[in-house]
Amino acid sequence: MKHAHLIACHECDLVHQLGAIPQGGAARCSRCGATLYRPKTDSLNRTLALALAGLILYIIANTYPFLGFQIGAQIRETTLATGIYQLYQQEMNTIATLVLITVVIVPAVHLLCMLYILLPLNQNVVPHHLAGVLRLVIFLKPWGMMEVFLLGILVSVVKLVKMATIIPGVALYAFLALIFVLAAMMVTLDEHVVWEKLEPTP
Amino acid sequence: MKNQLPIARHLGLVACSSCHLLNRRSKTTANCPRCGARLHSRKPNSIARAWALVIAAAVFYIPANVLPITHTTSLGAVQSDTIMSGVIYFIQTGSWPVALVIFVASVFVPLLKLLILVFLLLSVQRRWQWRPVDRTRLYRLTEVIGRWSMLDIYVVTILVALVHLGALATIEAGPGAIFFAAVVVVTMLAAEAFDPRLIWDNMENTNDHID
Repeated sequence: MKHAHLIACHECDLVHQLGAIPQGGAARCSRCGATLYRPKTDSLNRTLALALAGLILYIIANTYPFLGFQIGAQIRETTLATGIYQLYQQEMNTIATLVLITVVIVPAVHLLCMLYILLPLNQNVVPHHLAGVLRLVIFLKPWGMMEVFLLGILVSVVKLVKMATIIPGVALYAFLALIFVLAAMMVTLDEHVVWEKLEPTP
Repeated sequence: MKNQLPIARHLGLVACSSCHLLNRRSKTTANCPRCGARLHSRKPNSIARAWALVIAAAVFYIPANVLPITHTTSLGAVQSDTIMSGVIYFIQTGSWPVALVIFVASVFVPLLKLLILVFLLLSVQRRWQWRPVDRTRLYRLTEVIGRWSMLDIYVVTILVALVHLGALATIEAGPGAIFFAAVVVVTMLAAEAFDPRLIWDNMENTNDHID
C-alpha cells in the first residue's frame, strides 16, 4: 500500500501525511480544520461491548410500557410503537414510516450490523460482505434520531402535564440508556481499524 | 496565485468517500479496491442536486408552517394547531423555555439551514474567495443541526399515542406535519448533496471540470 499513510481531507481535498497520533489526540486538516483521523483505544472490544448492551436495552425499550397517561380513572398505557401505529390508523403513512425508520428501524439495523461485523472480528474472522455492511452503517448514521425523539418526549410531557398524570414506564429508562450507549458506540468505533481488516495481510 | 498545496485532485488521486483510501484516478477503476464504494473526485452533480433539493424544501416550508400539524378533539370541540400556535400556547402558559426550543428547532433551524445552503451554493457558483474556513464551518453546522428539526414530528407522534381517550380527548396529526417532515428530510438530503470541497476548488484558480 503505497498511499497507506497519505490521507486526503474529506472536506477540502488537501493531502496530508499522517504520522503517529498521541493517545486521545486527533489529526486535523491544516487548511480547513476538519478532523482527519481520531484513533480510539481498544476500539473493537469496547464497541462490541456497547453493541451487546445496546441490543438488550433496545429489546426492553421496544417491548415494555413506554409512557402511561392518566386522566381521572382512565389510564392509557403506550409502547414506543403505539404512536407509529396510531399514525398509520389516521392514514398519515408518510410520517408514520419516517418515525418508524428514524426511531425503530435505523437503531436496530445499526446494532445488528455492528454485531455482525464485530463478533467475527473478535474471533479473528473477517465476515462476508464486511465492506457493504460497514458502508450501510455509515450511510444510516445521520438517520438515527433517538436523541431528538427524547427531546420530543420532554416537550410532550410539558404539554400534557397540566391535563393529566404522565407515568414513565420501564421502556422509557431503557430508551434513555440506549441513547447514551448508541452515542458511545459511534464514538468508540474506529472505522479505519475495520477497513484495514480488508487489506491483504503482508 | 501560484498553487503549491498538494490537492488530491491535482495529484491525480481520489479519496474513497466511505473508507477514505487514496486511489489513483483513472477511467477504468470506478470503484474503491478496498471497500467497493464508487469513487468520485467530487460528489456528482453536487450543485444542481443541492439547488433542486433546497428549492423543494423552501416550497414545502410554507405549507409546513401554515397548515395545522395537529387536530385536538376535546369533548366534541375540535382545535387545530400550527407550529406557531403551539409556540404561542407555550408562551401563554409560561413555559417559555419549551416555546423557545420548539421555535428554534421547527422554525429557525430549517430556515437558517436553507439560507446557509443558498449562500454556500451562490458562493461556489460565483467563485467567491471570502473566508473558506468559515464557509466550511457553516457547512458543518448545517449537517449537525438539521436532525433536530424532527422534534415537532416526534411531539405529534407522542401526543397522538398518549391522547387517545375517545370523546374525552383525542389528538390527530394534520397535513402540515407531512410538509414539515418533507422539509426536514429534503434539507438533510440537500446538505448531503453539497460538496464542501467545491468551496476550496475556487481558492486555487483552477478551471478543471467537476465530475
